[in-house]
Amino acid sequence: MHPLFEISPFTGYVYPNETIISWTVLIVVYPYLTGLVAGAFTISSLYQVFGFQRLKPVAHFALLVSLCCMVVVPLPLLLHLGHPERAFNAMITPHLTSAFAIFSYAAAFYVILLVLETWFVFRPHIVHMAQSKTGLLGWYYRILTLGSYDLSEKAVRYDRKWIYVLAIIGIPGAHGLHGYVGFVFGSLKSREWWSSDLMPAIFLFSAIISGTALLIVLYVASCKLRRVPVDVPCLKGMAYALWGFMMFTLLLEGVEFASLVYRAREGIDVILEFVKGPLIVPFFILQFGVGSVLPLLVITFMIWRGTTGNALVAGVTACATLVLLSVLMMRWNVVIGGQEISKTGRGLLAYHPTILGREGLLAAGVVLAIPVILLMVMVRLFPPWVEDTTSATATAGAQ
Amino acid sequence: MEEKEQLETHEKERRDFLSCLGSVLVCGATAVAASAVSPQATAATPGVTPGSQPPAIPGYDWTEHRWAFGVDATKCIGCLRCVEACKKENDVPLDAHHFRTWVERYVTLEGEDTARIDSQADPVNIEASGSEVEYRFADRYKDAKVEKAFFVPKLCNQCTHPACVQVCPTGATYKTKDGVVLIDHTYCIGCQYCVQACPYGARYFDERRNVTDKCTWCYHRITKGLQPACVEVCPTGARIFGDRNDKQSPISQFIRDNQVQVLRRETGNAPNVFYVGIDKEVI
Repeated sequence: MHPLFEISPFTGYVYPNETIISWTVLIVVYPYLTGLVAGAFTISSLYQVFGFQRLKPVAHFALLVSLCCMVVVPLPLLLHLGHPERAFNAMITPHLTSAFAIFSYAAAFYVILLVLETWFVFRPHIVHMAQSKTGLLGWYYRILTLGSYDLSEKAVRYDRKWIYVLAIIGIPGAHGLHGYVGFVFGSLKSREWWSSDLMPAIFLFSAIISGTALLIVLYVASCKLRRVPVDVPCLKGMAYALWGFMMFTLLLEGVEFASLVYRAREGIDVILEFVKGPLIVPFFILQFGVGSVLPLLVITFMIWRGTTGNALVAGVTACATLVLLSVLMMRWNVVIGGQEISKTGRGLLAYHPTILGREGLLAAGVVLAIPVILLMVMVRLFPPWVEDTTSATATAGAQ
Repeated sequence: MEEKEQLETHEKERRDFLSCLGSVLVCGATAVAASAVSPQATAATPGVTPGSQPPAIPGYDWTEHRWAFGVDATKCIGCLRCVEACKKENDVPLDAHHFRTWVERYVTLEGEDTARIDSQADPVNIEASGSEVEYRFADRYKDAKVEKAFFVPKLCNQCTHPACVQVCPTGATYKTKDGVVLIDHTYCIGCQYCVQACPYGARYFDERRNVTDKCTWCYHRITKGLQPACVEVCPTGARIFGDRNDKQSPISQFIRDNQVQVLRRETGNAPNVFYVGIDKEVI
């Protein structure tokens, strides 16, 4: 039998009700996933809206990544809720002063937008499959066509217009959704560690880098699995985007941390004690050093030396993996770190996650694995690779 | 002629259909609205309804009262009978991690600038009492030179601008007209956003029912004309409770006769627990 709650050891003075950490590793996973959604969508939009041609090979893939992550976003929240069966109370009677109340609406709106855009993007493939497949799969695609088999030039032009419009709406949608996640934390005045106007911006930029990094890793992995060469200009494009957004993220995080220390409000002594002690490994070494500065230096070096070929692929992929770790650590350090500093400003707590249980590490790992599994299914049903879709469209057009 | 009759019949059918549709919509909307605002029968605290509905307590009008709480820290002896009474009265989990009210001890030793703080939930005090359900302050400073020491009872401040109510996504926690912040346990989804938002650490998550909980100033008692359990059992009169609308009530006199202060004024929450006899160390 799993215990009802886990008690966190503490030093100094903490309020008696604080000894059970309220928001666990699942609430670390939640902003991480929404960040991946926003980041992957940004890369997709850079092609769809802003015409970055070198990102074309991953544009449709990015959309699928975004969709697969987004449908899982509510899961960690539902697992965390004491009464998940009442989750719809927030939709039936949203309490509008709560930063959390509009989440269900914003998330639902964004899922619909993503599904719509994905449908328009993959419509030629859906029509082709509906006409060529039989049996259950054929039925599946025929339902997905929604009765529209028209792939004439006029119809495809019409689809493109919709894709463009949806991608434009999606940019503020995705970024707003994630900026708002930052606001959920930044707007709380009870915790000095969270209470910052910069929190939404930091969450947003770190979201973009995490989504870009995920795309890099998944794209390279998929190329290896499909035994096709990696499109180097595309990879370079993503590496540039990663580099640029990382500069912003680091700058914002630096400014935020400096402000916190410089303002030195009540409780700063405990915060500094926390920073110099328990935070050294998760923040300075993992999030800042290994996860941010090292990849930034390596990418800078590769750009400077004009590295290309396999060395570039290996280097950028390794850096992207480190960035994924860094952003996960950033979420951890915000969500868990904030709760490890007592509201009293006179004590520190230590969160020890459990392995099993509804809010354990295993559950969090499963939640993070689901989008990848979903993606593996989705890329088979809707091949996002440009050469595949082009040939599919061509075949469908010929019929 | 026949055509005209047919047209009239169609028109009538259409009218009937629309009127029927209208009734269905009205009924549906009423049902949704009713289910949304009136879980009265199952409200957490007996007789308490959420939102702007008055509590269903015979003879009680929540617009006629303005409850407030006072703490005279100079009178508190740290006996912890209040904590014990609260736990029993309100079915608070009997452990060292769930409290609707607690008592803090501030001790400044000679030569030290800041006070040492502990509560009855401190492991040293639990060890001294021998149990998490026996509350006692250990005599841990008996060999030290104490310069200043005092106790501070803590509880929910029932703020005028409660951060917990602000962040609740469903409206399950709400401010009553008589000034108390309550939770509808049948509507709470257990997200614990309110636990995070409270700067005083007054809220806890009740793992038995999977909802949040906190002090209600014993709302089930005060609406019957009784005192909160902690006030009732305090042997020194360190806890004062009453109606600010009544100028002669103990709390009105307490606020009038003393220079009172509140905790963490800078949060803007405007607390309604008024303290006398605390110093700058109190958090």
